[in-house]
Amino acid sequence: MKFGVVVFPGSNCDEDCLYSLKEEIRVNACYVWHKTTQVNEFDALVLPGGFSYGDYLRVGAIARFSPVMNSVIEFARKGKLVIGICNGFQILLEAGLLPGAMLRNRKLRFICRYVHLKVSNEKTPFSQYAQKDEVLKIPIAHGEGNYYIDDKGLEELKENGQVIFRYCLSDGTINDESNPNGSVYDIAGICNRDHNVLGMMPHPERCCNPLLGSADGKKVFQSMKRFIEEK
Amino acid sequence: MYKEQKVTKKLVEEHGLSSEEHQMIKNLLGGREMNFTELGLFSIMWSEHCSYKNSRPLLKLFPRTGKNILVGAGEENAGVLDIGDGWAVAFKIESHNHPSAIEPFQGAATGVGGIIRDIFTMGARPIALMDSLRFGDPSKPRSKWLAGGVVGGIAFYGNCIGIPTVGGETFFDKSYDTNPLVNVFCLGILRHEDIAKGRAKGPGNPVFYVGAATGRDGIHGATFASENLDESSEDRRPSVQVGDPFMEKLLMEACLELLKTGAVIGIQDMGAAGLACSCSETASRGNSGIDIDVTLVPQREKGMIPYEILCSESQERMLVIVKKGREKQVNDIFEKWDLHAEKIGTVTEGDEMIVRNKGEIVASLRAKDLTEHIPAYTREVKEPSYIRELTKNSRTAVEKALLKKDVNFSHALLKLLASPNITSKHDIYEQYDHMVKTNTAVLPGSDASVLWVKEADKILAMTCDGNGRFCYGDPLTGGKIAVSEAARNLTCSGARPLAITNCLNFGNPYNLDVYWQFKKVIEGMSEACLKFGTPVTGGNVSFYNHNPTGAVFPTPVIGMLGIIEKLDHITSQFFKEPGDVIVLVGPTGEELSASEYMNVMENVSVGIPPALDLEMEYNVQSFCREAIREGLVSSAHDISEGGLAVALAECCISGQKPAGAAVNLPYPAEHPAGALFGETQSRIILSVKKDKLTEFANFCGNHRVPHVEIGSVISEKNIKIFIQDKTFIDLPVEALEKAWRKGVL
Repeated sequence: MKFGVVVFPGSNCDEDCLYSLKEEIRVNACYVWHKTTQVNEFDALVLPGGFSYGDYLRVGAIARFSPVMNSVIEFARKGKLVIGICNGFQILLEAGLLPGAMLRNRKLRFICRYVHLKVSNEKTPFSQYAQKDEVLKIPIAHGEGNYYIDDKGLEELKENGQVIFRYCLSDGTINDESNPNGSVYDIAGICNRDHNVLGMMPHPERCCNPLLGSADGKKVFQSMKRFIEEK
Repeated sequence: MYKEQKVTKKLVEEHGLSSEEHQMIKNLLGGREMNFTELGLFSIMWSEHCSYKNSRPLLKLFPRTGKNILVGAGEENAGVLDIGDGWAVAFKIESHNHPSAIEPFQGAATGVGGIIRDIFTMGARPIALMDSLRFGDPSKPRSKWLAGGVVGGIAFYGNCIGIPTVGGETFFDKSYDTNPLVNVFCLGILRHEDIAKGRAKGPGNPVFYVGAATGRDGIHGATFASENLDESSEDRRPSVQVGDPFMEKLLMEACLELLKTGAVIGIQDMGAAGLACSCSETASRGNSGIDIDVTLVPQREKGMIPYEILCSESQERMLVIVKKGREKQVNDIFEKWDLHAEKIGTVTEGDEMIVRNKGEIVASLRAKDLTEHIPAYTREVKEPSYIRELTKNSRTAVEKALLKKDVNFSHALLKLLASPNITSKHDIYEQYDHMVKTNTAVLPGSDASVLWVKEADKILAMTCDGNGRFCYGDPLTGGKIAVSEAARNLTCSGARPLAITNCLNFGNPYNLDVYWQFKKVIEGMSEACLKFGTPVTGGNVSFYNHNPTGAVFPTPVIGMLGIIEKLDHITSQFFKEPGDVIVLVGPTGEELSASEYMNVMENVSVGIPPALDLEMEYNVQSFCREAIREGLVSSAHDISEGGLAVALAECCISGQKPAGAAVNLPYPAEHPAGALFGETQSRIILSVKKDKLTEFANFCGNHRVPHVEIGSVISEKNIKIFIQDKTFIDLPVEALEKAWRKGVL
C-alpha cells in the first residue's frame, strides 16, 4: 500500500501529512511533485494544506491547473481514494471533484484552533474507524473555510450521505457557537457521490499524537488504510 | 553613457551623514569626493540601522561566549547554538518598528519575511516564529488600526509560508502611541555540518542573485529607520516594501535545496540595504573583493539607476556565492522552483568592491569602508532628572492607592482580567497558524511555547519578554527583570534556559536620557545573563522610536531559548486536578508601584519597578525546575502583570478545562491590594500532584528556598482567595473566564 502526498508550490502541510502517514499510521508514503503526471503507483492521494500558488487569484484556482491535477481526476474516477485537506479541499472544489465553493470565514479572519467534529456518516472509506455521531477533536487553520452550496446541492449531499463531518461543541451539540466559519449546514468535510473523494477543512494530520493535543486525526487515515487493505 | 548627479555638501547632509563623517569618508577614499552611487552606499551602510554606530561599544558589555555557541553575536546573520547530538538552532529577533508605524500590515509582514531569511541564510530550516508587540493607548482608534494591521500582516506572511507563530506578547501603553514596536523572532534547526556562512571567498567564484526582481520599493528604508518619526513620516510610505510570502516560500525551499548540494561558498539575504549590504558584507567577511554589474540584476521597473538598484529593499532576494563550475546546478534548482538565478558578478582578489553599469565602473571602494571602517560613538551618561520626580510621585500614588477603603477586590480582579495587557490574546494568536509542522506541544497561552522537534528528538521552549514600564522607572532593574522573567517563563515550562537574542527598542540615541536608559538596560541585562548562564547570541538595536512628544519606554525584548530534557518534564500553567496543592515559591512581597493594578485601577502608568534579587531569582527557578524533574509538579506559572490574584485566575481559566481554586494566604498582609496585585518578582505558583505531597515535603526539606502552601485546586468552579482566613475574593470561574476572554482586537 502506498500513499502519495502531492506537493504544489506553496503547499506547507505536505511534510506533516507525510510524517503522520509514515510514523503514526505506519504506511508507505512519498511526495508527488506537481509537475508529474504519473500517479498510478499509489493507492491513495493526499492533497495537503498550505497556500498553493500563494492563494493568489482565488484559493485553489491556480493549483487546479497544475500538470498533476488531470491525473488526480483520472485517479479519482477509477475509484481510488483522494483526500484534500484544507487547501487540498479548496483545490478539489476548483477541480470539480467535489461540489460547492469556499468563501472567506464569516469574521473575515484566519482562524487556527482546535474544534470538534461530529461524524455524520461513518460508513465511508474516510470515517469507518469512527462511530456514528462520534465527536472528534481536530484543529482548523484557514481563512477561507466557509463552505457554500445551494439548497438543492445541500439536499443532494444529505440524501447521498456525502456530509461526513460537521462542526459541533465538545458534547456533540451543533449550534451557531460551534460553527467557526459560517459554513452552510456546519459542514467541515464532504465527499463525492461515490464516497472515494473527501475534502475536509480540519487537519487530521496535525493530531495523530496525544502530545499535540489529540490523536483523533488518526481515525481518518486508519479508515483509509483499512479500506485499501480490505479491497 | 550613464551620467549621474553631482555630490554636494547639501546632498550629503540630506543623506544623513554628518560633516565629520563626510570628511572621514573622503579620507577613506584617499582624499577624493564620493560619487552619487557611492554616496548611496555610504549613507545606507553608515546609517544607525546598519552600522550600530551608537550602540556597538555598549553591546560589547553583553556576555557573548559560551560552550554551546557555534556562531556568536555579530559574526553572521544569526547566532547558532549547539543543542546536542549534532543538532543546532539558529535564532534571532529583529524589529520592524518604523515601517509598521506607517503601514502596519506590510510593515509587519516584511518584518516576518526578513527574519525568516536571516535564519535560512544560516542553513537552518525555520520552524517557529514569535512576536513581541507594543501599541499605544488601546482606547484610541489609531492603536486598534495599528494592532489589527500588524497582526494581520504577521498572519498573512507566517501562515502562507507555513512556519508556525507559536507565541509572543502584546502590551499597550500610551508611550507607544505613535511608535508601535513590532519585534519578530524566528528559530530554525540544522545539523552542525550544515551551517552556512555569509561570505564571498575564492577569486573567480560566481556571485548569483536569486529570488524576486528588484524594484524601487524600500529605497533607503534603513536610513528611514534611523530617524525620528514625525508628521512627514507618512510621506515615507513608499519606503515600506511589499511582502510576497509565496515567493519567499519558494526561495526558502530552493536555497535549502541548493545548500544541500555543497556548491555554496556563501549566502546572504538582502534585507535592509539590499544589494549594497549583501555585497559589501559578504566580501568583507570573506576578506575578498567583489565585482558586480547592476545591469545584470533582474529588474521589474524601467530606468533604474545604479544607486536605486543597490539601495532597493525589494523583498525575497538573496545573494549566493557558489563554487566555479557549479553554475548549472544553481540554475537547475532555481528553474525547478520557477525563480530567477542570475550571475551578476564574481569574487575578486584584494578588498575592492566594484560596481559596474553595463561594464562601466560606477563605484569603487574598499568593501570594509562600508562595513568596518565606521565610526563608533560613546557619550557620557548621567541619571536623568525625571527619575527623582518619578520616585517621589510613584511613592505618593501607591500610598494613596493603598489607603483607599472599601475596594472591592473581586471587582478589581475582573477589571484587571479584562484589561488590555492581561486579557486573553486568543483573538491574536488564533489568527496565526501555530500548529503547522506539528511540533507545537504547548500551544500559545501558557508561560512559554514548547516545541517537540521530532526530526532532532529535542524539546525546545521559547519565550519573548520585556517590560518597558519597568525599564522606564529603573532601566538597570528593568533590564535584569526582562531577562529574569524570560528565564522564569522557560523554567515554568520545565526548561533550562540556554541563550538569548534581544531587540533593544529605544528613542533617539542623541537624547541624553535615552542614551542613559540604553546603557543601564544593557548593564542590567548583562548581569542577569551572566547569572543564568545565558549568553547573547545576537539581535538588533532599534533607535529613533521617538516622536515630537518624546521617546517610547525603553523596551528591551528578550527572546530566550531553553531545552527540556524529557517529554515528561513539559509543564503548562493550567491547574490540572482537583486536590492538587497550590504552593507559592519565592518571596511574599507587596510591591505595587509600576504594576498593572496601578495602571488599571489608579490610572498611573509609570513608577519605580519592584526590586530584583538575582540570587533569589536564580534559586527560585532552580527549585521549580528540580521539582518538575522529580515529577512532583502538575502546573507552574510565573507571577507577573497583575500579581498573585491574576496569576491564580490564569491558572484556573487559561487551560482547556477550567478549574476552581481555594486559596488562603497564611501570612499577614500589610495591604491586601499589595498582597493580591503587587508585582514582587521571583515568584512562581506551582500546583503539586496530590499523590506526591510527602515526596514534595521531603524535596522542600532539602532546599532553602522560601515557599508556602497557599491552597488547593477544587472541583467546585469558584475561585476564593482569603488572607489569614478573611475573604477578599470570591468569584465563579465562569465570571473570570468571561472577563478574561474579552480580547483586544
